[in-house]
Amino acid sequence: MSFISYLKDGISLGSIYAIIALGYTMVYGIAKMLNFAHGDVIMVGAFVILTAITKAGLSPLLSVLIAIIFCTLLGITIESVAYRPLRKASSNLAVLITAIGVSYLLQNLALLIFGADAKSFVTVIDVPAVTLFDGKLVIKGITIVTIVACIVIMTCLTLFVKKTKPGRAMQAVSADRDAAQLMGVNVNATISLTFAIGSGLAAIAGLLLCSAYPSLTAYTGAMPGIKAFVAAVFGGIGSIPGAMIGGILLGVIEIMGKAYISSQVADAIVFAVLIIVLLVKPTGLFGKNIQEKV
Amino acid sequence: MNLKKVLSITAVAAMAAAMVPSAVFAEDAETFKVGVIGPMTGDYAQYGTNVYNAAVIAAEEVNANGGFNGYNVEILPAGDDQGDPEKAVNAFNDLLDNGMQMLCGTVTSGSCIAVGAEAAESTFLFTPSATAVDSISAGSNEFRMCFTDPMQGTKSAQYISENKLATKVAVLYDSMADYNSGVHDAFVEACGEYGLEVVADEAYTTDNNTDYSVQLNKIAESGAELLFLPNYYSDNALILQQAADIKLDITIFGVDGMDGILDVENFDKSLAEGVMLLTPFSATSEDEGTVKFVTAYNEAHNGETPNQFAADAYDVIFAMQAAAEIAGITPDMSNEDISAAMSEALVQVELKGITGDSTWTEDGECDKAPKAFVIKDGVYVDAN
Repeated sequence: MSFISYLKDGISLGSIYAIIALGYTMVYGIAKMLNFAHGDVIMVGAFVILTAITKAGLSPLLSVLIAIIFCTLLGITIESVAYRPLRKASSNLAVLITAIGVSYLLQNLALLIFGADAKSFVTVIDVPAVTLFDGKLVIKGITIVTIVACIVIMTCLTLFVKKTKPGRAMQAVSADRDAAQLMGVNVNATISLTFAIGSGLAAIAGLLLCSAYPSLTAYTGAMPGIKAFVAAVFGGIGSIPGAMIGGILLGVIEIMGKAYISSQVADAIVFAVLIIVLLVKPTGLFGKNIQEKV
Repeated sequence: MNLKKVLSITAVAAMAAAMVPSAVFAEDAETFKVGVIGPMTGDYAQYGTNVYNAAVIAAEEVNANGGFNGYNVEILPAGDDQGDPEKAVNAFNDLLDNGMQMLCGTVTSGSCIAVGAEAAESTFLFTPSATAVDSISAGSNEFRMCFTDPMQGTKSAQYISENKLATKVAVLYDSMADYNSGVHDAFVEACGEYGLEVVADEAYTTDNNTDYSVQLNKIAESGAELLFLPNYYSDNALILQQAADIKLDITIFGVDGMDGILDVENFDKSLAEGVMLLTPFSATSEDEGTVKFVTAYNEAHNGETPNQFAADAYDVIFAMQAAAEIAGITPDMSNEDISAAMSEALVQVELKGITGDSTWTEDGECDKAPKAFVIKDGVYVDAN
């Protein structure tokens, strides 16, 4: 029974990683950059929700909407101020390092505005827990909501990218940015849209993360962000279903590692998985094999 | 050059010579400068700011009451280390540049070990709250107000056993942090002595401190009657939440790091109902000194309640005052001389502080009786 219970905990943790990984993979897949500030946008989203509910007294639903809009605008701003000027830079490293800088900027701004004390997150999602096997297995409401949200978002994103015009523009930019531009695709607008969607998702991820683990500090997004990055690489970075499967698998691996190996090396196990995946299948579970023409 | 001009230049020079040094001397010769180092920002800012605020309040009271051996005390602007040893050493050097003569700090253990190495035999170091054993072991001029990690662990096991709270106990702690693992190690060792059986000994790491489901499930299955949490309150708040989620209904026992849990913003205080903690200070106590301090702190900081760390810092300044009197130090002495005289004097001090009646050993350790509290209806209540 304890195995099933751990599996449930793993899926619950993994679904959080999955939803964060969706944002990572979306931005990487199209803009071909690792947005290390993604985890911190999640933290900002959570703070916006918390502030809207506790300080402004707004309803949870309205607060979440405000957070989504706020994070979307934040994502577009970060992209146009910090990343776009560097897109033509000689090295991809420049954007990567800027992303790390943005991450610190957001963390320190949050420290300045909200202070350093950990804040408990308020209950926003109130779904009753499901009890199975005569009370031996309790699945928290938030776990169910997170998994459902993950599947819905994954489906919507996939449909959006495959079926709509802006989605196809994204695919074109992803395949060959210069060629897409020559074909009349507005590359800057497409990448902005990608960031907008990715950051809007971050607000939802912030809500789900803080509902599952109701403690909020300026650093709340940092570690889950890195783990979600591992999940995205694990699943095949750039692949939307890959991010989801990668996230859930990673959560299960982490919890099983804690349960059956040692709770102190759980993180080491997670990162060891990343190394092994990169060695055996560098493109990840669902990654496309791209043959470089020489 | 005519005589008038020469005279005026001489006069100006003489005046300047008379004024400048006297201005400098006036400040240096009449006040003692005490520095505070601790996390003023970052994860543990609540501890640092509490210590600093309390030191300032204590210094005001000391100054109104004769100062240090007749001289006023000035608390220098706080040195912020964010709980990081490297930043603490930088803050220490900055404070020395600003004329610091004695240190009330540092607040956290890791930083104190690093600063302790720098301050050894040169600058008098008196930490309110660094609980790791090695925090004050670098020099004979280093003292402590709080219990050490092992003392907290040992006293907790003793208390649990003597009050028959449980016979089967579980522990969940951060194995990466000095403080948590220090208390844990001593607790587990002392459990053997006091006839307590440790049925679950679970750990987590600082980088993996959000999900405790596996550890709590194991603790639930172990049949423990009490869960000992030697962690800081921010982790404990999440642990309490997740323990409630799996309906783990056993006694929760913490040490001084648990203090502060009721002040976590939006924290559901009902989760902390019945939590016990061993700590020498409670803001709700009716002791005269405590009431005076809590009121002063409330007034100075928008009704905020001081925690254990603040109380320790408050006592540090008064212990310094008592020692300064015995040592007969003056502000024009060098840091080394002040340090040596204070170290000799402090072991003779008997302080009736708000954290208990305290005396100090040659090793710099404070000896006082711990008090246990239980959280009832969102406030600390005396457990006995």
